[in-house]
Amino acid sequence: MNWADFLSMDGRGFYVWGSFGAFLAAIVIEIVLVRLRIHRAQQAVRNSLGQAGSSATEKVPR
Amino acid sequence: MSLFKYSAPSSFYPLAGKLVPWFGVLAFLLAVGGLYLGLFVAPEDYQQGEVYRIIFIHVPSAWMGMFIYLVMAMYAVLALVYQTRLSAMMMEALAPTGMMFTALALWTGALWGKPTWGTYWAFDARMTSTLILLFLYVGYLALMNAIEDKKRADKAGALLVLVGSINVPIIYFSVKWWNTLHQGASVSLTQGNKMAATMLAGMLVMALACWMYSLAVSLCRVRAIILEREPHAAWVKHIREVQA
Repeated sequence: MNWADFLSMDGRGFYVWGSFGAFLAAIVIEIVLVRLRIHRAQQAVRNSLGQAGSSATEKVPR
Repeated sequence: MSLFKYSAPSSFYPLAGKLVPWFGVLAFLLAVGGLYLGLFVAPEDYQQGEVYRIIFIHVPSAWMGMFIYLVMAMYAVLALVYQTRLSAMMMEALAPTGMMFTALALWTGALWGKPTWGTYWAFDARMTSTLILLFLYVGYLALMNAIEDKKRADKAGALLVLVGSINVPIIYFSVKWWNTLHQGASVSLTQGNKMAATMLAGMLVMALACWMYSLAVSLCRVRAIILEREPHAAWVKHIREVQA
């Protein structure tokens, strides 16, 4: 198979690869965003647990 | 009953966590297989030549856009009737992925339309109703963000999704009911298919890949939403990921 022919897609490469490229980009972006979101949510819980833990053990200054 | 056990966020959170990697791996393998079939095995179209290969992402995207909306509508009924918290969370988790696929259907459709019909866009029935579907997703997400009180937001969002679901059959049957620039169905539940076997196989495998991908991504997102909404629930303290 000839790669140049494959990439040119009968001279319609712009349309074909513009479609496949956008598809791939959208999926990669969504995966990154979802991973960020779950990590942030877990981090927020971790932080609030840490604060709750430290405020419970800390002595309140009089 | 065991089925209802998983309608509680506390038991659904770990279950979803176990399922995500499996659906992710399945999605990847199916996508590799589907792209191989679509780009290397399927013959070129006798009318359109090579450019038709956009079909392998256009049709699965359009199907997912519609299908995810219907799943959201089903959760909307559950959320409104039974007021289960998880149903509303699932709606919120599915919407961005449905919106993405709808936008991709429109984008790839435009790039396919230009070389085959001579235009990126026309206000024909199928394209317009698909654009409305995109607006419904955007509207739902905007509504969820705009209303501070989550309970009220869930109710309003569920109502919007439910009312908007009338648009899905309109999209599906638009090419039958009206004279559209968009072609009629190549694959139909009632009339069988009009495509070469390898073309059809590539398209169906890609559709399955998108399905698995949507499951993986929305299950991961719903876990984030559970933690965002109920960070102080007692069980949350004990999950492994938040232990230091």
